[in-house]
Amino acid sequence: MRQRRLSRWLAPLRETTGVSRWMFWAGVVIVAFFVVLAVFAPLLAPYGFDQVSDAGVRFPKQGSPDGTHPFGTTVGNYDVLSRVIWGARTAIEVVVLAVVFSLAIGVPLGLFSGYVGGRADRVLVLIMDALFAFPYILLAIVIAFLLSDKLGQGVVTAAVAITAVYVPQYFRVVRNHVISVREEPYVDAARALGAPRRTIVSRYVLQNVIQSVPALATLNAADAILTLAALGFLGYGIQPTDAAEWGYDLQRAIDDAGAGIWWTGLFPGLAIVALVTGFTLLGEGLNDVINPLIRARSTAKPEMPGRTGGEGEEAILSLDPAPGTDRPRGP
Amino acid sequence: MPPQTPATSGTTADSLLEVRDLHTRYSVRGSFFDRLKGRESGSVHAVDGVTLDLRHGEVLGLVGESGSGKTTLGRTLLGLVEASSGSIRLEGEELTGRSEAEMRPLRRRMQIVFQDPHASLNPAMTVGALVADPLRFHKLASGREELRARASEALERVGLAPASEYLDKYPADLSGGQKQRAVLARAIILGPDVLVADEPVSMLDMSVRAKILELMLELKDELGLTYIYITHDLATAKFFCDRIAIMYLGRIVELGPAADIYEHPQHPYTAALLKAIPEPDPRRAVARDLPRGEVPDAVVPPLGCPFHPRCPRAFEVCGWESRDLRTLLEERWTKLDQDAYERERALVGELDDLDVAESEAFLPAADGGSGEEAAGVLEAMRADAPADPFWSGVASTSVEPDGVRIGFHTPREPRDLEVGRSVVNCHLHDPGAIELAERLRRGEPEPEPPDAGADAG
Ligand SMILES: Nc1ncnc2c1ncn2[C@@H]1O[C@H](COP(=O)(O)OP(=O)(O)OP(=O)(O)O)[C@@H](O)[C@H]1O
Ligand code: SF4
Ligand SMILES: [Mg+2]
Repeated sequence: MRQRRLSRWLAPLRETTGVSRWMFWAGVVIVAFFVVLAVFAPLLAPYGFDQVSDAGVRFPKQGSPDGTHPFGTTVGNYDVLSRVIWGARTAIEVVVLAVVFSLAIGVPLGLFSGYVGGRADRVLVLIMDALFAFPYILLAIVIAFLLSDKLGQGVVTAAVAITAVYVPQYFRVVRNHVISVREEPYVDAARALGAPRRTIVSRYVLQNVIQSVPALATLNAADAILTLAALGFLGYGIQPTDAAEWGYDLQRAIDDAGAGIWWTGLFPGLAIVALVTGFTLLGEGLNDVINPLIRARSTAKPEMPGRTGGEGEEAILSLDPAPGTDRPRGP
Repeated sequence: MPPQTPATSGTTADSLLEVRDLHTRYSVRGSFFDRLKGRESGSVHAVDGVTLDLRHGEVLGLVGESGSGKTTLGRTLLGLVEASSGSIRLEGEELTGRSEAEMRPLRRRMQIVFQDPHASLNPAMTVGALVADPLRFHKLASGREELRARASEALERVGLAPASEYLDKYPADLSGGQKQRAVLARAIILGPDVLVADEPVSMLDMSVRAKILELMLELKDELGLTYIYITHDLATAKFFCDRIAIMYLGRIVELGPAADIYEHPQHPYTAALLKAIPEPDPRRAVARDLPRGEVPDAVVPPLGCPFHPRCPRAFEVCGWESRDLRTLLEERWTKLDQDAYERERALVGELDDLDVAESEAFLPAADGGSGEEAAGVLEAMRADAPADPFWSGVASTSVEPDGVRIGFHTPREPRDLEVGRSVVNCHLHDPGAIELAERLRRGEPEPEPPDAGADAG
C-alpha cells in the first residue's frame, strides 16, 4: 500500500512530458550538485573558508588562478574556490532552515486562519499583508539587525530574517487554498458524517492543501538565495568569520573588478546564478507537475451524456427527460 | 405565522422527524453602494416556515425550482446550516440550537448524499479508507483489519463487489455511478435512520440513474431507512416517492401523497410544474406556462402569497403590491413596438420608487407631465390586458397632480389547509379568503384588522 501511494505520487512525474519534465530534471541536477558541495565541503574544499595560509605560507593577495589556487585568491588572502564551496554549504543551510521555519509558521497559521475564519482570520490577514507589503529586503535587514545582538550575525540570524520575508507567502497560499477546500463538499460530507474538527482539518483539509507547498517552497528557496546574497552584499548578512557567503564575497570583489581582477567576483556570482536557476527550474517543474494533478482531481471528469452500455442499461424511469440529456437546446 | 399542525401528522406516533415552523436565513452583505444607501445587509429567507412530519420508512420528495430552498432545508435538518428559528425533533429529541459537539453523536442517525459524488469524496483517500472513516469518527471500529472488513461489507452491499477491487482505489479511478455507490456505502456504514439525498442522480449518466435509484430503494428496504429525496425532477419523484412536498421560495406550498400530487394538483404552482414536465432543461422548468417567469427576490419576498406575481389564478387577497406594477409595466413595454413604447415611456417618470414591498404604489408622471397622463398609461394597460390577475388586487386609484396613487387590497398570507389527503398553502382552498374576495369585489370595505385569512370553519 505504501508503495502504491508512492507510485501514485510519482505518476504525474512520469506522465509529464516536454519542457516541464526537462526543467524539473535540470533543476534536480543543479540543486543536487550544490547539495553535494554543501554536504562534502570539508572534503572537497582545498582549504577552510577563513584560511589565509597553508603550512605557514601565507596565500597571495588577489593572486590570479594557478595550480594551488585554481580560482585565485581574494583581497583578504582567501582561496576563492574554497570560499565558493563553503559558500554552497552556507547557502543550503540558510535556505533549509528558512524554509523549515517559514513552513512551520506559515502553514499552521494559514490553516488556522483559513479554516476558522472570522475575526482571527481578518487580523492575521491584515498582519501578513502588512508584512508582505513591506519591501522584503528592508524587512530582512531590520530583522537581521534586531537579532544580531542576541544571535550574532551567523547562519541562524540570516535564516530567521529570510523566514520573516516568506512566512506571509506560505500563509497566503495555504489560507486561500484552505478557504476553497473548506467549501468542498467532501469537507462538508465529513462534517455531516460526524468528523471532529481536528480530523477534518488534518485529514480532509491539510492533505489536499499541502500539495501546493513543495513548488512554492522550492521557488521561495531560489528567492531566499538572492535575499541572503543581498543581505551579505549590503553588509547585514553573515560575517566572514562565521561562514563563507557569496554575497559578501561579491561585495568585496567590487573594487577588484576595476583593476582587472575578475576571478574574485566571477566565481561567487556564477554560483549564485547557478543555484538560483537550479531552484527556479525545480520549482517551475514541480509546479507544472503538481498543478495538473490538482486540477485533474478537483474538477469532475466530464460524464459522457447519453452514453449507453457502461454501467447499466436504459433508464427504467423513462419518463425522466431531465438534466443531462443531450437533446438540442434552443438558442 | 403560528406553527400549524399539518393534516398529515394525524398520528404523530409514527413520525421520525417532526419539523415545526422552521426558518433558515442566510445573511447577505450588501455591496458597498447598498451600504452607502443604508441597506446595510439583508438576509435570504431560504427556508421560510416549513412544517412537516417525516414518517418511518417513507420516501418524502422535496421538489421545486432552483433556489426554492430544498438544499437549505435538507442541510438545516442535518444541522449543517443553523436554523434561525423553529424546531426539528428526531423521535422527540430537539436538534436545533445544538453546538457542533452536541450534534456529533446524532449525526450517526442522519446522513446526507450530495449531488456531486465526485466532489463529496476526499480525492486524497482510498475508497476503503473513505468508506470506513465514519466508523473512526465515532470510534465504532478501529484497527486496519476491522475497518477494512467493515468497508468491504458496505461496499458489497452497494454493489461494488468484489470489494477487494475497490478498497485501494482512489475516487478518481471510479466512474460517476461507482462514486455515488461509494458515497452511499459511506452513508450507510453508520446505520443511520434518515438519509437526505440531495439530487443524488442528477449529475450521473442517464444509464446509471435508474440503477442508483433502484439501489437506494433496496437499501431502504434492507436497512429500514427513511429518505428525504430532493429533486428538480417531478417525473422521477413520481416513481420514487411516497409523499411529495412542493417548495416555492422557502415554503412548502403543497404536501401530499405522490399519486394525489400528480392526479389532483391543488396548488397552482404544482399544476404549473406538472405541465412543464417534458422540459429538457430543468433550469427552465415552469417558466413556460406562467406569466412572469422569474423567481422573485428572496431577500425581500413578495407580500402575501410568495407565488402571486406568477400565479395565473391569483386574486384580490393574494398580496398585490407596488413591485407588481413595475413588472407588469415593463412586461407590457417589451411587447409594444418601438414608437408606442417611446410615446408611453415619456408619459411616466422613474420607476425605481416602485421597487418597494408595499401594498400601495405611486406611479409618477414624467417631469413636467401631469397625473392624468400617468393615469392614462394605467388605463391603456388595463384595456389591453383586462384579464390580468393584477387588476383584481387594485382597490383604489387616485389621480394626483404629479402621478397616480394605486391602493391594493391588504395582503394576506395563505394558510396551510387540508385538501383531501394533502396540505395546500393557497387562498383558493380557503373559503374565508374566497368569501372575503367576493365582498371586496362588491366594493365592501376591508375588515380590520386582517387576521391571516378569514375563518375557514
Ligand atoms: N451559502 C449561502 N449564502 C447565501 N445565500 C444562499 C446560500 N446558499 C443558498 N443561498 C440562497 O438560498 C436560497 C435557497 O437556495 P438552495 O440552494 O437551498 O435552493 P435549492 O432549492 O437547493 O436550489 P437548487 O435546485 O439550485 O439546488 C437561494 O436564494 C440561494 O441563493
Ligand atoms: S394564494 Fe393561491 S391563488 Fe393566490 S397567488 Fe398564491 S397560489 Fe395563487
Ligand atoms: Mg440544491
